[in-house]
Amino acid sequence: MKRVYVNEKWCLGCHLCEYYCTFANSGVSSMVNALKDKPLRPRIRVEEHDGISFAVSCRHCKEPLCVKGCITGALSVKNGVITVDSNKCVGCYTCILSCPYGCISPDDSGHAISKCELCTKNACGEPACVKGCPNQAIVYEDRDVTDTNKEAAV
Amino acid sequence: MAIDYLYPEYEIVRDYDKCIACRVCERQCSNEAHWYDDGKGKMLCDNAKCVDCHRCVSLCPTHALKIVKSGHTFKENANWTGKTITEIYRQANSGGVLLSSMGNPEPFPVYWDKILLNASQVTNPSIDPLREPMETVTYLGKKPAKIERDENGRIKNNLSPTLKLSTPVMFSAMSYGSISYNAHESLARAASELGICYNTGEGGLHEDFYKYGPNTIVQVASGRFGVSKDYLNAGAAIEIKIGQGAKPGIGGHLPGIKVSEDISKTRMIPKGSDAISPAPHHDIYSIEDLRQLVYSIKEASDYKKPVIVKIAAVHNVAAIASGIARSGADIIAIDGFRGGTGAAPTRIRDSVGIPIELALASVDSRLREEGIRDDVGIVVGGSVRSAADLVKAIALGADACYIATAACLAMGCHLCRSCQAGKCNWGIATQRPDLVKRLNPDIGYKRLVNLVHAWDHEVKEIMGGMGINSIEALRGNRLMLRGIGLSSTELDILGIKHAGQ
Amino acid sequence: MSRFVIIGNSAAGIGCAEGIRTVDKDSEIIIISNEPHHTYSRPLISYLLCGMTDEQRMKYRPDSFYKDNNITAMLGCTVTAVDPAAHTVSLDSGEKIKYDKLMYACGSSPFVPPMKGLDTVKNKFTFMSLDDARALDKALSPDSRVLVIGAGLIGMKCVEGIADKVKSITVVDMADRVLPSVLDADGAKLVQSAVEKHGVKFLLGDSAKELFPDKAVLNSGAEVPFDILVVAVGVRPNISLLKDAGADCNRGILTDDTMKTSLDDVYAAGDCTESFDITVKNSRILALLPNAYMQGENAGINMAGVSRSYNKAIPMNAMGMFGYHMITAGTYEGDSFCESDGTDYKKLFFKDDRLMGYIMIGDVSRAGIYTSLIREQTPLSSIDFELIKHHPQLMAFEKTERSAKLSESH
Repeated sequence: MKRVYVNEKWCLGCHLCEYYCTFANSGVSSMVNALKDKPLRPRIRVEEHDGISFAVSCRHCKEPLCVKGCITGALSVKNGVITVDSNKCVGCYTCILSCPYGCISPDDSGHAISKCELCTKNACGEPACVKGCPNQAIVYEDRDVTDTNKEAAV
Repeated sequence: MAIDYLYPEYEIVRDYDKCIACRVCERQCSNEAHWYDDGKGKMLCDNAKCVDCHRCVSLCPTHALKIVKSGHTFKENANWTGKTITEIYRQANSGGVLLSSMGNPEPFPVYWDKILLNASQVTNPSIDPLREPMETVTYLGKKPAKIERDENGRIKNNLSPTLKLSTPVMFSAMSYGSISYNAHESLARAASELGICYNTGEGGLHEDFYKYGPNTIVQVASGRFGVSKDYLNAGAAIEIKIGQGAKPGIGGHLPGIKVSEDISKTRMIPKGSDAISPAPHHDIYSIEDLRQLVYSIKEASDYKKPVIVKIAAVHNVAAIASGIARSGADIIAIDGFRGGTGAAPTRIRDSVGIPIELALASVDSRLREEGIRDDVGIVVGGSVRSAADLVKAIALGADACYIATAACLAMGCHLCRSCQAGKCNWGIATQRPDLVKRLNPDIGYKRLVNLVHAWDHEVKEIMGGMGINSIEALRGNRLMLRGIGLSSTELDILGIKHAGQ
Repeated sequence: MSRFVIIGNSAAGIGCAEGIRTVDKDSEIIIISNEPHHTYSRPLISYLLCGMTDEQRMKYRPDSFYKDNNITAMLGCTVTAVDPAAHTVSLDSGEKIKYDKLMYACGSSPFVPPMKGLDTVKNKFTFMSLDDARALDKALSPDSRVLVIGAGLIGMKCVEGIADKVKSITVVDMADRVLPSVLDADGAKLVQSAVEKHGVKFLLGDSAKELFPDKAVLNSGAEVPFDILVVAVGVRPNISLLKDAGADCNRGILTDDTMKTSLDDVYAAGDCTESFDITVKNSRILALLPNAYMQGENAGINMAGVSRSYNKAIPMNAMGMFGYHMITAGTYEGDSFCESDGTDYKKLFFKDDRLMGYIMIGDVSRAGIYTSLIREQTPLSSIDFELIKHHPQLMAFEKTERSAKLSESH
């Protein structure tokens, strides 16, 4: 399945992914209106230290600890995408406790969480972070190694 | 601080209604022209630091930025222009030679723009390149004048080594040092995919790029940096660089600060040492000396690779070319006075040399007159900007063109002409790791491939219009050219008629 | 075709059914529960009371869950006995159901300790099930004075759930701090004062000596008048059915790491079992929903014939009180590192080159990165601990590890 992958070799630490992500999920048609003087709530975040930078967003794990641990059933896997039903979510943050990548954050209300859903719930098409990355440090690819491929690789 | 009399050339115009203070401009400006003021809660900038490279403009997600030329002006003076006055201030400040980069920007005539192309009507009808085969494959090198047979009547193989190009374009010499690793990788991969060649420049060949050898021209310049037997045999052709259009008569100079570990290894010089190429090759003072070097190189490469001799277009270029054709070189490369550079003294870049169009026409004519045109291939560079320029060059007599500025533009260069500062925001003319990574070769190479493909399409379209289906038939076909607004001397040199004639 | 019988309709039971279905789409699955409700999330009952969810939204799986997964749900049926030799379970209706593989996921029940005078109290409640919550809700009025005995997770969530619906709440706990099982003293102070801002009164280090119909007299001599009593001192695992059937039990049912009990073809998961806590290397009851689900799922996969171990259980908890969040995991042993600004509080515990446990209060962002250090037993010498102790981040890992995390399929 296609997922978002990041390559720190090409990450410039420009943080544009965070802005394009927040905009794409704002539901507002103009980026200026969506982001000007508003708190940034990206579902992808850039880590930076000592000249190294990379963006981190939900890995959409095949064995998702967040989904398994979700106390409400708000998190579920739909066609390989881990999505959240914010109507069900009560913001207990068990998923924040569980996610080994630190990719789940409280949403604006504080009563639910927000996470990358690969832009499946907005009109973006290809994930906004991928489209907005100026250096292809974030890509949307199918890197699943199927069993037959694995054998071939061996 | 003493007054330096230098005023910002550009103004950064920010639309605060659109600015979302994402700070991408600040993060991406290596000149530190932008910053975020916490107290004011807004982005501020220092116009004096802006080099007009457009990195911030292109990444600004809300299009809140533009760069405009400063309206600040000196009192109008056709003789003492603002530029001239500022250069005087600059030199009075520093006592140094003015340095510039990229090609000559002064308003000299661009002859490409004064030459018009022909098309067929009624007779000799035009050809539709989408329906009929159209040949742009080019073989660069010596062409045998006649067929020779052995005693049994079999044809003798008297072919010299040639370079085969899918289309008559090559990426001109830019050294690893003057441009980044990622820029080199982009050029090498693009050349490989396109079936053309790129040129190492005088900085040697990084070990990672030996695999692109069949599409590499390795250069030997006066500094002989990075030259070894392996290097000479790594490429598809070997180029002896005598001169460069941007700085005829002087050698290159890569400051020690740019000689990193990797570059020191590639150039085979100590880390941090200045790489200064002598103005001349100290073993070449005559055509005979040149011939020695040509044959030394041929010997070292087992006579399997064509040898190119590259010169700057200067006043007596035709006579020089004639000498080179007789030196045993397979290809002559001529670089016009608009050719680019990573750094050159401003006065030399802007005042020395001649336009490539005139140089090409006179060299081609001279070699034809002397009956030695087929002894060499001719490659021209020094501001070939489009497929139209390319077609005109071929019709004037070139076999192929070198492009470098256009290639840099394809990779993202915005011609801010600040290469000498080493802080290229586009990751091309820099060795700073944080800047180099801005050019992802996956993107850079693809853009180069796109550009050359586009030109190839256009060349075929133009050739088809002329009723020509092979680039061979276009070469030196000056009947396809007409001048516009040119004096009879210029027309004479170009060997073309005026439009309407 | 096998028949899988699952006793229990909560996280472990549902996990088991989903686990089976990842492997076996066709075999028969029967879920038996003594509660008549569609599967729902027990921890949500406090959110139900304060209106942050409702009975529809608190369903743990969609309405179509049993149908979609081809599960027969026998709800409101109580299992009275398990016969491992005959491979049957008996229902209160007298019916016997045969199984090929049995999952026992009966959870735990509120523990109500003997207290003098308890039987004189009319409005007394426990707080564990939907029915508990409905009953309590019905009894509440804006004039109610509520006494909650127990400042643990259940008692505190109950307090949050009813805070806006009653006149006063007093919480009594024998321990000297709130949430004694998950917080240290300093962290507990922060949480206590945050909750006190909502008018809740705490009487800690004290307990009810005697209860009267409208007041409690505490050991300290203090008297707490109340209309409604909530007893939330703890839970006891429901092990009797399997214990009677001969399964090995300590406090909870014992299983191997596939979740199989000592009885053939009988598995167990969830709050009724003991888990091997890798932080203390000891078997203990970890009554946590994520743990229950993952045990159940693992059991289901094994029951369906695929061998898989569940061996990464650790204590962990996430909860919020009036928007003030805390996340904790592991065991609080070894050296510690603490950062606090009076609102945000963080304490890491580390020993023998491993992160043992942590407490984060207030700012809990990216806590899962710490959890994973505990779960994966990551040697701290293999990461930049100086960096990660201030902020959980992937930067602290080696480049190859980072690249594996970010550019490989997971």
